[in-house]
Amino acid sequence: MDINKLIKEASAEWTDLLNGPVPAFLVGNATCGRSAGAGNIIEKLKSEISAGSHECRVLEVGCIGMCFMEPIVSVYRPGYPLIVYGNVEEKDVAKMTEAFLEKGEIINYNIIGVVGPNEQLDKPDLFNIPVMEPQKRLVLNNCGLIDPTNLNHYIANKGYIGLQKALQLSSQDVIERLKESGLRGRGGAGFPTWRKWQFCKDQDNDTKYLICNADEGDPGAFMNRSLLEGDPHSLIEGMVIAGHAIGASSGYIYCRAEYPLALERLRLAILQAEQKNLLGNDIMGMGINFKLKVKEGAGAFVCGEETALIASIEGERGMPRPRPPFPAISGLWENPTIINNVETLVSAARILQNEPGWFSKYGTKESKGTKTFALVGKIKNTGLIEVPMGTTLREIIYDIGGGVDNGKKLKAVQTGGPSGGCVPASMIDIPVDYESLAEAGTIMGSGGLVVMDEDNCMVDVAKFFIDFAHKESCGECAPCRLGTKQMLAILEDIVAGKGTMEDLDLLEDLGKGIMKGSLCGLGQTAPNPVLTTLRYFKDEYIEHIQNKRCPAKVCRDLKYYEILKDKCTGCHICFKACSVAAISGNPKELHKIDQDLCIKCGMCLDKCPTKFNAIEVYPGNKVMED
Amino acid sequence: MNNNLVDVFSSFDGKEEELIPILQKVQNALGFLSDDSMEEIARFARVPMSKVFGVATFYAQFRFTPKGEKHIMLCRGTACHVKGAPRIQEEIENHLGIKEGETSKDLKHSMENVACIGACSLAPCILVNETVEANLTPQKVEKLFSSKGKNK
Repeated sequence: MDINKLIKEASAEWTDLLNGPVPAFLVGNATCGRSAGAGNIIEKLKSEISAGSHECRVLEVGCIGMCFMEPIVSVYRPGYPLIVYGNVEEKDVAKMTEAFLEKGEIINYNIIGVVGPNEQLDKPDLFNIPVMEPQKRLVLNNCGLIDPTNLNHYIANKGYIGLQKALQLSSQDVIERLKESGLRGRGGAGFPTWRKWQFCKDQDNDTKYLICNADEGDPGAFMNRSLLEGDPHSLIEGMVIAGHAIGASSGYIYCRAEYPLALERLRLAILQAEQKNLLGNDIMGMGINFKLKVKEGAGAFVCGEETALIASIEGERGMPRPRPPFPAISGLWENPTIINNVETLVSAARILQNEPGWFSKYGTKESKGTKTFALVGKIKNTGLIEVPMGTTLREIIYDIGGGVDNGKKLKAVQTGGPSGGCVPASMIDIPVDYESLAEAGTIMGSGGLVVMDEDNCMVDVAKFFIDFAHKESCGECAPCRLGTKQMLAILEDIVAGKGTMEDLDLLEDLGKGIMKGSLCGLGQTAPNPVLTTLRYFKDEYIEHIQNKRCPAKVCRDLKYYEILKDKCTGCHICFKACSVAAISGNPKELHKIDQDLCIKCGMCLDKCPTKFNAIEVYPGNKVMED
Repeated sequence: MNNNLVDVFSSFDGKEEELIPILQKVQNALGFLSDDSMEEIARFARVPMSKVFGVATFYAQFRFTPKGEKHIMLCRGTACHVKGAPRIQEEIENHLGIKEGETSKDLKHSMENVACIGACSLAPCILVNETVEANLTPQKVEKLFSSKGKNK
């Protein structure tokens, strides 16, 4: 089908949604929205509308990024901008339909912001509110604003125009556009995308493959999930462009099985694109072929590594292969293969959709464009964000994230998942770009950004990551398989109060050895969380070892619980809650914890009514202090 | 051969590269991978049984024991961890009397750790079958899994 005809149709449908006579409710129904109860809201909306006499559309959209405000419902009404409501509850739905449809009024509470011309309403523009203002949405621009199951919505928002432009250019010219943009890989290490593509393009081989790595395995990251759920066609467009540039006529999307909704949306989008000749043979009548298949990952973190991912698609155990040869020379079934991350490919689509210079005007000298982050952990405004490269961690945490939750003190920020490291609070003025993060001992990674406060123990965090790496190590290289096990054993000793000061040197030596002696990125980076915490939080390790205290009161063997004499009323609740009968005392009398019996599960603290707050937890060990 | 297996195999050519998708579909159909089913898969894909077993045991998704009626997936992502997931796991284990990786004798509950489920902004969270239970506290766990809880 002629692309210009498609664009015309799509624009008509989009204009009708924005300005047509029929109002529409948009409900954020990505995984996060669903978890917050969006499904019930949609049902309720539909039943209210069918009970009333007014025509109205209900659309399910992706995630706009403000997870802390979910469920989010937006309303299009003739003559008004899009009004976005947050924290919508089921009971609000009837009020909303009544006001908008029956009375023609606007509900004024819970408005997050508006999108579009806004003269008659005195409400802030959505993109100017504090959470949004420092952000630049180049990649996430469609998420939460279009219906991801409707191809026309995507096309009406510049969709597939980038592909049309790319197909009019030679493959070399497409690569030149990427080079000019300065785009670097968004999956971790930040290798220039154009250079990778050039390697593959220069290979003289009939069969080449393009693989999208959507196996977002980093614990604490969900950027790709949101993008796939909210705007799947962007990825398809980016992949066809990349396929044209490197000369590949087939591609795979390797996506985690843990993302059922993303998989469903992707499969539908592929079908739609095939029907409209945006995928398949002779795309847009320009003589280019590209076929796309979805492969479900089966739950192995190591498959984020290029060669392990290739082994997995071939039906093997996901074990990395030595490089060289690099996949760009010899990859899937020994053919030249390019593997790019979801965000990289979507960025490529956006770069082609816009004029040269558009992407590179954002970011720093060496790191161009924007980066999406999953901002999570001990932070007020959790969610998905996109900021220009070079934005400081302070801006991300305080301006966008609203600061640490519950008025606690910031301790560290973890980036890059199990391959990254912890940056201490004292360093949060560093800009987020590939070089600055590397200098701080961590990596950009795919975009997980976990905020930790004073209640988090950094030794425990280090142990958590090394435990993860140890479980996910494929077992191929002894330094990774056995080294991570040994590091874990040492850390377990330290949190149990059995550590020695020599252990700290041993951890460092082991860490360096594992990095040197491992074949793939998993082993080469696995010790990072331990090494960075040793670098920045050595005091905490020493406190565990020498004073047998966990200052954050996390490590079970290095803390104790006590009932406060002046607060305990003898309500007997803790007595009943204790599973090991470590609490003694008669009703209405002071209770006491037997430290020898106590297993420090914390149940008594949870159960003690907040009006009494009679149980306190202290670092260290009571018996030893006595 | 089990009729479910016949159904699953009919949508494949029996090529080696299809091994993982075949295992996934068989697990979907049967709930887990039994020894018998893996033997049939080996025959169908014309690969040694050791290869099928090797691949299946490599990936965390595959299980070799039946699932419970309520299958609980405990998220072990970073965001969940720093917001108290270990405590949540302990609570659930206390209520259900099974440990992570186990299935209860009456086949009502099973529980496993999974890598991040991608709902980090709602941490700590778990999946009970298809439903995400978010922003958990020990009190919420009690509501969900105590003798009167909706998931008991």
